[in-house]
Amino acid sequence: MSDLADEPASIEDLVESFELLDDWQDRYGYLIELGRELPAFPEDARVAENKVKGCMSQVWLIAEPVDPESGVLRFRADSDAHIARGLVAILLTIFSGHSPQQILDTDPRPVFARLGLDKHLSMGRSNGLLSMVGKIKQIAAAAS
Amino acid sequence: MEPNDDRATLLNSPSAHPPRAPGLDNQTLPLFSAKHAREDFPALNQEVNGQPLTYLDSGATALKPQCVIDAVSGVYGRDCANVHRGVHTLSQRATAAYEGTRDKVQGFLGASAREEILFTRGTTEGVNLVASSYGQHALGEGDEVLITALEHHSNIVPWQLACERAGAKLVVAPITDSGEVLLEDFCAKLTERTKVAAFAHVSNALGTVLPVEEMTHAAHDAGAVVLIDGAQGAPHLHVDVEELGCDFYAFSAHKLYAPTGVGVLYGRRALLEAMPPYQGGGDMIDRVTFERTTYNDLPYKFEAGTPNIAGVIGLGAALDYLQRLGPLGIEAHERAVLEYASDALGDIRGLRVVGDAPSKVAVISFVMEGAHPNDIGEILDQHGVAIRTGHHCAQPVMDRFSVPATARMSLGLYNTREDIDALLRGLHAVKKLFS
Repeated sequence: MSDLADEPASIEDLVESFELLDDWQDRYGYLIELGRELPAFPEDARVAENKVKGCMSQVWLIAEPVDPESGVLRFRADSDAHIARGLVAILLTIFSGHSPQQILDTDPRPVFARLGLDKHLSMGRSNGLLSMVGKIKQIAAAAS
Repeated sequence: MEPNDDRATLLNSPSAHPPRAPGLDNQTLPLFSAKHAREDFPALNQEVNGQPLTYLDSGATALKPQCVIDAVSGVYGRDCANVHRGVHTLSQRATAAYEGTRDKVQGFLGASAREEILFTRGTTEGVNLVASSYGQHALGEGDEVLITALEHHSNIVPWQLACERAGAKLVVAPITDSGEVLLEDFCAKLTERTKVAAFAHVSNALGTVLPVEEMTHAAHDAGAVVLIDGAQGAPHLHVDVEELGCDFYAFSAHKLYAPTGVGVLYGRRALLEAMPPYQGGGDMIDRVTFERTTYNDLPYKFEAGTPNIAGVIGLGAALDYLQRLGPLGIEAHERAVLEYASDALGDIRGLRVVGDAPSKVAVISFVMEGAHPNDIGEILDQHGVAIRTGHHCAQPVMDRFSVPATARMSLGLYNTREDIDALLRGLHAVKKLFS
């Protein structure tokens, strides 16, 4: 597992912001806000092959061309549901901008647990996020 | 409010008297009190996310009363034996309870013979059994199977498979903007090639009650046999297969307050006798040699292998329970709560009810401006309110109304106006968060 201290400061920012919000309404409000701030997903990439298979909300994910020098992978993603889009934004904060090996070594669950959002990455949740992590790792494995 | 206080208030409140349904004579209306019946459902006595549970997802599966839980536990704790196989006491007790349920189901459906009641795994298996076995028996090249545009995937895909095998064609009767199947639209799709008409009693996604009796007559006049998918009908409406005149009626036990993994398929005896077996195995045979096997009589011909004994016995307990409560009173109560919910949801600005047929039971599907149905479901869960969100295994219905998904509240006998009030509080929180 990679050390969380090595992650970009934004993860720590997220954790800090979540800790400041003490009721669930505010935390959901913040999550929805994170989703709204996600960069626009290219419309022409909103196609079946970029869709992450999940039972309920739709999630799309693409990897941008790899930086040939660093090998660093960047992702863009979106969802048609607001809460899912916020969770997608957190996943991108965790995974985007890292080398394939770092991505393969990173377990997103501790971060979600610190944010109090761990239930969203559980098997019981059919929101496609777990499949999104799987797809990110698949892309990383293919690039490594 | 503390849930325990809530329960005490409910029990002591003067409003705990049974509801009166308009148009029904008070003297003939069976006494039914949802507030008392709630006591029978242990799952209701819990908190979810710090709030008393409000369960509005009985269309997905109904909660189980204690008597059903006790019946299942009694099978495993006492009468644990296989059925139809033993001379020993335990096996005889299990067989008597298992076959006793068949008699209860026969009464529940108004079937003329117990041999017409087959136990399955659920509605889905019932439809698959008919599509496969009757399909093999009766469907040929160029024949047609008629369904409607509001069917659950379970009443679409088995027929697609059967049509592919036979070279037959699947024909779909349309629905209106309000989510209704009009008899004339249905009849317009009937031809002399229609061999089977298969349709829901009640739409799972919209709650629409279909004119099944008239549809059945029309299909029979065209020479087709009729299967009714009763998954959402049997839990809420009086069913009499003789009155309906249908040839097959399938339902699931778990939506009728009984265990999962059990269903019932009613089939007209002459058809069942003519149909080939669906699955081979133990119990469905008469005599087996390597050269040739002869099959057991109905209903066992269609019940291969050890069945879900405890589940079937649990279904028997559920039917007894419903009989004790009084189905008419339950129906009137659910109608009153649905009306209350329809009025209340209709008052929320930015909320659109999907499917507003004049005749509906137990279900309201809706979408809200600015919030995806999953967002709605998630915020409601924080309020302890359980609803279903998604396409409800009826993607063609979602396409018809141009929505990716809906939020769906559905009622069971234990739901009260207080549950609807909890839903409304949750929906106001949704509006606040997503506006």
